[in-house]
Amino acid sequence: MAGEDGATGDGAPEEPAQPGADPVEEQMLHGVPVSDSRGQEVLHPDRDGYRALVERLRADGYWVAVDLCGVDYLGTPGRRGLPASVQPERFEVVVNLLDHRARRRTRLRVQVPESDPTVPSLVEVHPGLEASERETHDLMGISFDGHPDLSRILLPDDWEGHPLRKDESTGRIPVQFKVGSSGAGGRP
Amino acid sequence: MSQTLDPTTVDSADPVVDLDALDAARERLASDDAVLRMSATEAEERSGYQPPTDEGIGERMIMNMGPQHPSTHGVLRLELELDGEIVVQCRPIIGYLHTGMEKTGEELTYLQGPTNVTRMDYAAPLFNELVFSLATEELLGIEVPERAQWIRTLMCEVNRISSHMLFMATNGMDLGAVGMMLYGWREREELLRFLEMVTGLRMNHNYIRPGGVAADLPDGWAEHLDSVLGVLPERLEEFDTLMTGQPIWRERLQGVGVITAEEAISLGATGPILRSTGYAWDLRRDLPYLCYDQLDFDVVVGTYGDSFDRYSIRLAEIRESIRIVRQCMDKMPDGDYRIQDKKVTPPPRARSDDSMEALIHPFKIFTEGFKVPEGEVYVAVENPRGELGCYLVSDGSSHPVRMHIRAPSFVNLQTLPHLMQDSLIADTVAIVSSVDPIMGDVDR
Repeated sequence: MAGEDGATGDGAPEEPAQPGADPVEEQMLHGVPVSDSRGQEVLHPDRDGYRALVERLRADGYWVAVDLCGVDYLGTPGRRGLPASVQPERFEVVVNLLDHRARRRTRLRVQVPESDPTVPSLVEVHPGLEASERETHDLMGISFDGHPDLSRILLPDDWEGHPLRKDESTGRIPVQFKVGSSGAGGRP
Repeated sequence: MSQTLDPTTVDSADPVVDLDALDAARERLASDDAVLRMSATEAEERSGYQPPTDEGIGERMIMNMGPQHPSTHGVLRLELELDGEIVVQCRPIIGYLHTGMEKTGEELTYLQGPTNVTRMDYAAPLFNELVFSLATEELLGIEVPERAQWIRTLMCEVNRISSHMLFMATNGMDLGAVGMMLYGWREREELLRFLEMVTGLRMNHNYIRPGGVAADLPDGWAEHLDSVLGVLPERLEEFDTLMTGQPIWRERLQGVGVITAEEAISLGATGPILRSTGYAWDLRRDLPYLCYDQLDFDVVVGTYGDSFDRYSIRLAEIRESIRIVRQCMDKMPDGDYRIQDKKVTPPPRARSDDSMEALIHPFKIFTEGFKVPEGEVYVAVENPRGELGCYLVSDGSSHPVRMHIRAPSFVNLQTLPHLMQDSLIADTVAIVSSVDPIMGDVDR
């Protein structure tokens, strides 16, 4: 994956993009910065504390891991909404948790650097994330440490690359518009 | 004959599991060895008959079911390890319908987005449009007019009935009640005809859009819908006669593919699978969106977590949805069917005759799309199959940076190996059918 400029974790272009007039109030929960995105609670653990935090939230009542996905921020390095102590990286792993009893949701955003796109797997905590982690691995190229079967899930096994990354092209089939045709099936 | 259903309806039951039971279920799932984990090459090497081994493992056979098996509802492939007639391990192999719709969604503007997502769960397309539109509106910080909300609720419930009708048809067909296939499809067609009357298309409607809906309900919609709903209750009675009380039907489904509430929660299963275990969780009631907090309906739950409960829950949900649709018809307010925000919706056609801006505006909206403020948001709705979520990330442009759909069928499919373990090979069809996966939603 040849990294494009501005995407690698050297941080030089990221910092100025954070407008100073947009201070995000630093709140903490379980020692992790918390932010608010459109009224939804977002936690920003680092990769080391991520698994332990999910475990802890599970004990708090967030029994259900609803969803896990990856986001590639290549080309949009300066992100608003991140707490000041969180260093933006190219990839993010986003986990949505749900608390059935208190009827509330929370979301975890883990920064994952391009140089080492690996995060600990949550399958042992939430078995239901197995397929989502495989999908994220398949399409986004993020590895999950400790996953029982990290193989491709949607794409063929011999596929090269990870299509949801921003440096993978969408691919197009050229459309030939016919000139001077008279209705369907007309020849140019 | 009418109410021979096992599921009981609950209104305010709180979730009934505790953390210890969840931990135990998690242990059980991790150690039950239900998922067949082997590479494609290994599976090929071991395919066919394997003689008994010295370690006491009897005759085994690895068999592929699908991807062209009629009961897999599309292109699901199941790799089954069999011990005689018993399924020991199973692995669902998916991806045959993968067309990269999440990637496509990043190329399309927010206005074009519903055209794309509506093709995911093709049996319940309006829900996909709804969840995408709700996420976009959340990012935009706009609230659609009341009438638009009610139209959305009404259309989604009609769609829920049609989706459950499709389940009734295919579930019947899978189990050999071929007549049921015709009846299920006939009823579904009536509902699709109503959807076509309103949206112009039977499927892939692109009707619910950011900012409201594409068009107001046409003249005569209420009469049409009333006539459709009028015949449904007696048709549902026929379903009961044909299936619910029938001994063969019960024999084929009762006690087949059993799951507990704790296991379902651990596996992330939602919708009728979770509710079949007696666990009342429905986003429409528990985390209401649209107008569901103003509607009176019951959340239907089962008792045993088996295929029969999943069948009867869906049948009962049709009745609940009819109730909801009737209430929507009564309460449908007057007003605008889309938000009059120049940034999001084109101005009414009539105004383009006397205003230059009104002439330019649609042009700009449809070619460039509207800009959505930077941010990220997760929104979920209750689709006929469970929680359908949309995680949307915007960088302030007119295209999303990331559009991820949390597909209920995709997540629910993980229950298959656990449901199938130690069941007869003849029951696999009943189990796959009762999970009701829509492969377009699974593969996206």
